[in-house]
Amino acid sequence: MNAQRSNIGLAVVGWLVALIMFFPILWMVLTAFKTEQTAFSTTPEFLFSPTLESFRTALAQGAGYWHYAFNSFFTAMVSTLLGLALAVPAAFAMAFYPSKRTDFTLVWMVSTKFIPAVGVLIPIFLIYKSLGLIDNDWGLIMLFTAMNLPIMVWMVYSYFRDVPKDIVEAADIDGASTMQTMFRVILPLALPGLASTGLLALILAWNESFWSLTMTDHNAATLAVFIASFKSAEGLFWAKMSAASVLTVTPIVVLGWFAQRQMVRGLTFGAVK
Amino acid sequence: MTSEVTAKGTGTAGSASGQGASRRRRAPVKRLMAPAVIFLLVWMIVPLGMTIYYSFQNYNLMMPMMRGFAGIGNYAILLTDATFWDALGNTLVLVVACLAVTVGLGLLLALLFNATFIGRGVARTLAISPFFVMPVVTGLIWKNMLFHPVYGLISWAMRSLGLEPIDWLAHHPMLSIIIMISWEWTPFALLILLTGLQSLPEDQIEAVRLDGANRWQEFRHIVIPHLGQVLYVVVMLESIFFLTSFAEIYATTSGGPGTATTNLPYYIYLNAFFQYDIGLSSAAAIGAVILANIFAIFLIRFVAGNLNAGSAR
Amino acid sequence: MRWGAVIIGAGVAGLGLATSAGAATTITVATVNNPDMVTMQKMTDEFTKAHPDVKVNYVTLPENELRQKITTDIASGGGQYDVITVSNYETPIWAKNGWLKPMDNLPDDYQVDDLLPTVRQGLSYDGTLYALPFYAESSMTYYRKDLFKKAGIEMPDRPTWDQMKAFAQKLHDPSNGVYGICLRGLPGWGQNMAFFDTMVNSYGGRWFDMEWKPQLTSEAWHKAASDYKMLMNKYGPPGVTSNGFTESETLFANGQCGMWVDSTVAAGYVSDPDNSKVADSVGFAQAPYQTTKNGANWLYSWALAVPKSAPHSDAAQAFVDWATSKQYIQSVAEKKDWLAVPPGTRQSTYDSEGYQQAAPFSSLVRTAISSADPENPTADPVPYTGIQFISIPQFQAIGTRVGQIMAGVLAGQTSVDQGLNQAQQFTARLMKQSGYDK
Repeated sequence: MNAQRSNIGLAVVGWLVALIMFFPILWMVLTAFKTEQTAFSTTPEFLFSPTLESFRTALAQGAGYWHYAFNSFFTAMVSTLLGLALAVPAAFAMAFYPSKRTDFTLVWMVSTKFIPAVGVLIPIFLIYKSLGLIDNDWGLIMLFTAMNLPIMVWMVYSYFRDVPKDIVEAADIDGASTMQTMFRVILPLALPGLASTGLLALILAWNESFWSLTMTDHNAATLAVFIASFKSAEGLFWAKMSAASVLTVTPIVVLGWFAQRQMVRGLTFGAVK
Repeated sequence: MTSEVTAKGTGTAGSASGQGASRRRRAPVKRLMAPAVIFLLVWMIVPLGMTIYYSFQNYNLMMPMMRGFAGIGNYAILLTDATFWDALGNTLVLVVACLAVTVGLGLLLALLFNATFIGRGVARTLAISPFFVMPVVTGLIWKNMLFHPVYGLISWAMRSLGLEPIDWLAHHPMLSIIIMISWEWTPFALLILLTGLQSLPEDQIEAVRLDGANRWQEFRHIVIPHLGQVLYVVVMLESIFFLTSFAEIYATTSGGPGTATTNLPYYIYLNAFFQYDIGLSSAAAIGAVILANIFAIFLIRFVAGNLNAGSAR
Repeated sequence: MRWGAVIIGAGVAGLGLATSAGAATTITVATVNNPDMVTMQKMTDEFTKAHPDVKVNYVTLPENELRQKITTDIASGGGQYDVITVSNYETPIWAKNGWLKPMDNLPDDYQVDDLLPTVRQGLSYDGTLYALPFYAESSMTYYRKDLFKKAGIEMPDRPTWDQMKAFAQKLHDPSNGVYGICLRGLPGWGQNMAFFDTMVNSYGGRWFDMEWKPQLTSEAWHKAASDYKMLMNKYGPPGVTSNGFTESETLFANGQCGMWVDSTVAAGYVSDPDNSKVADSVGFAQAPYQTTKNGANWLYSWALAVPKSAPHSDAAQAFVDWATSKQYIQSVAEKKDWLAVPPGTRQSTYDSEGYQQAAPFSSLVRTAISSADPENPTADPVPYTGIQFISIPQFQAIGTRVGQIMAGVLAGQTSVDQGLNQAQQFTARLMKQSGYDK
């Protein structure tokens, strides 16, 4: 009896918290279905006849939604794969063949993440310009890779440390090469960890806006640029902006929903066994 | 149980065979590390070197004729600029406040969602969603639809309750930024801490319960120590993002009113793109790098020490 | 692995080549996303019909982002954009730096003499035109005729700020959702400072004396700042430091402002019943003044320019000629309507009967634009030109910073005295840094 009542109490609190946290997103979605006039009125309207007008306008904005969405998807995806390709061997070496410098290397890698992006914007802009990498998907991909690599190495490293070392030694004794050990023995074991590392990198790359705005114009413009094009000094377009935001946020939020369990295991960095 | 075995194996001391393996493998192993290390080294050293160089130059984008060696001029200007010190203070306030809120609230929510209740899975999914939202969008939603003193939902709620609506961004700018950033990052803390809670050793909890410990003692003596390491991970990762937070400020307060929400990244941005003073902004960037490194050394030593302590346990 | 990086690098270079070598000429036009520019994008077909070998790509961004991108590009040698959107603030500065192509070879049918003289002057450096105006604006007073009638007051052709204070007090009725006066408060050199500069000018203030010594702690600045603060705190809408042009326009169109002093481009919007609840009752007057009319209303224009570094200079020039031409205005009027044409640039627009009918405020706007003289912006002599800005590179930084300080003053974080002292110190420091201090 008592347990059941506390269960109901918990459910009420839990749901209340969940709704409060989710409310801003819900409100954005609702606003996206309003007309511009109903979108800003002093008494918010919760019941209204929905319209797809804002979505129609948003989809056609600039070079069209799909152009930006493709660039976002392509750059986030490729930079994640590239990041994994770089992070896995490095983490493998550090986890299974540690040297005196391993700790230092790890600390140094993560410390590169502490530099604010604006601080190195001009140098990178000038370098990119001389290499012709401005407004280029591959330029953006390399930026995203550099941005996420330290965290990726660290995450994969902590995964590998969870793999019993006996397995590597057994493989060594069986005469497997380093590559064979890595690809055939360790990778399958750490696959869930790699997936969660990849997911986090994908989310961070998708949501990146500073570099995307600065380094692209048209060809490589991502959804961050798409969103920015709805901000205007002349005219408030809350409904259109909300529709654009919904279009931008939905893919990654849905991915996050499906992958939440998966992702979190990697984020704890092996602290939870 | 396996974890202890692993831990011993991974310790730097290692077993005899482990040492042998690493000696035999040294060459190929180095080659495995090279791509990542070289990639990051190039990405870090080249821009950083250029930034250091610019920080000793008179370099204003708008005045192409005035380039030249500036000595420590930019640093002198920087250190005597009250805004720089404001920005430094704001950066620290922002990091510390956001850490406190996200970790505190994250822990409470983790405890809540660790209990079983109807529809827990869906509720948790809704609660963690803010983490996936693009920071610029976060700024836009909060600024226009929630904080706005005339059309915002919060002021409507306050008016309906007969209260005077608050102009959030003007009168509580730092608080508003902290609310927004915490809204985004509490789910992150929640997710990680929840996983930590779910791996609590049941036998230990039952043991203290048999000893007659109350809920608080149980929390204090079993849960918190168990979560220690997970907490460090959360603090460290969040610090990285809080120290460099920019999009939320850019999209809402633009660092104001006054200098109330100008943090270091925004200060650098102002110097680079409103003053076009690349020399000064580079000097500020070097300042930010130094601050970041102090943080990094402090935190990473802490975390690394803890990880090693954890594996030695 | 290292080879992998080389291969990726080669792939990148290959891709770069592939994008630059398109079939026809592709020009990149960087512009702000204001409604008139959105119209321009929709009209692009007309241009490409006349120039079938040219393809137009737009980069459309908010003002700050756009300015940041264009500046970094052009200051580092340029090459990304063929056509850029600039204002009368940066045009003379950039022309002086040798970054812009002079507009001295315009075709005869362009009728360069048709451009409004003050607007043309603002886009010139050393007597040469460097950018062609797309639209231009000044500032004026909007008010609600119905509320004025109810309060038994009358708006003169050109009110003083003392009158404005008295009107605001009478109109202020927050319990019915009407605020006495709406003004910009959003920090930014093109936002609250554009407005506040004109107010300071009309109170007899100036930024610098003839020796480039900042004058921000003078009596005139102090009075203007105190009145601005008083008006906003007593008779203004809540959240004034978040209100820029757009937000204020929305407030006024929603019937929540008794009066509003802002850009002339809003006239069309607030008299259009589709957007505005007060379309029937909106009245217009010149911008308020206090001790002098010099610099009491601003002059701003968005213009199109071709950087010297533009990869496709000829196609770019053709585009700029087209978008700022008389024919362009004509075809917007035909395809959409006269209210949708970009205002403030050509005398022929204001002479046309169609525009006069559609826009009853047109003669007032013309007067405002023609009376805004950037050469004589203040009562006392100054070493600079520009009304709501100063044509020096440092102004953007100064205006941004002082704009933030003024927002702090409005929000009550700092007093007027403290704020102006901070502003004075910052300005003095920055001028010293840039070598103006002799």
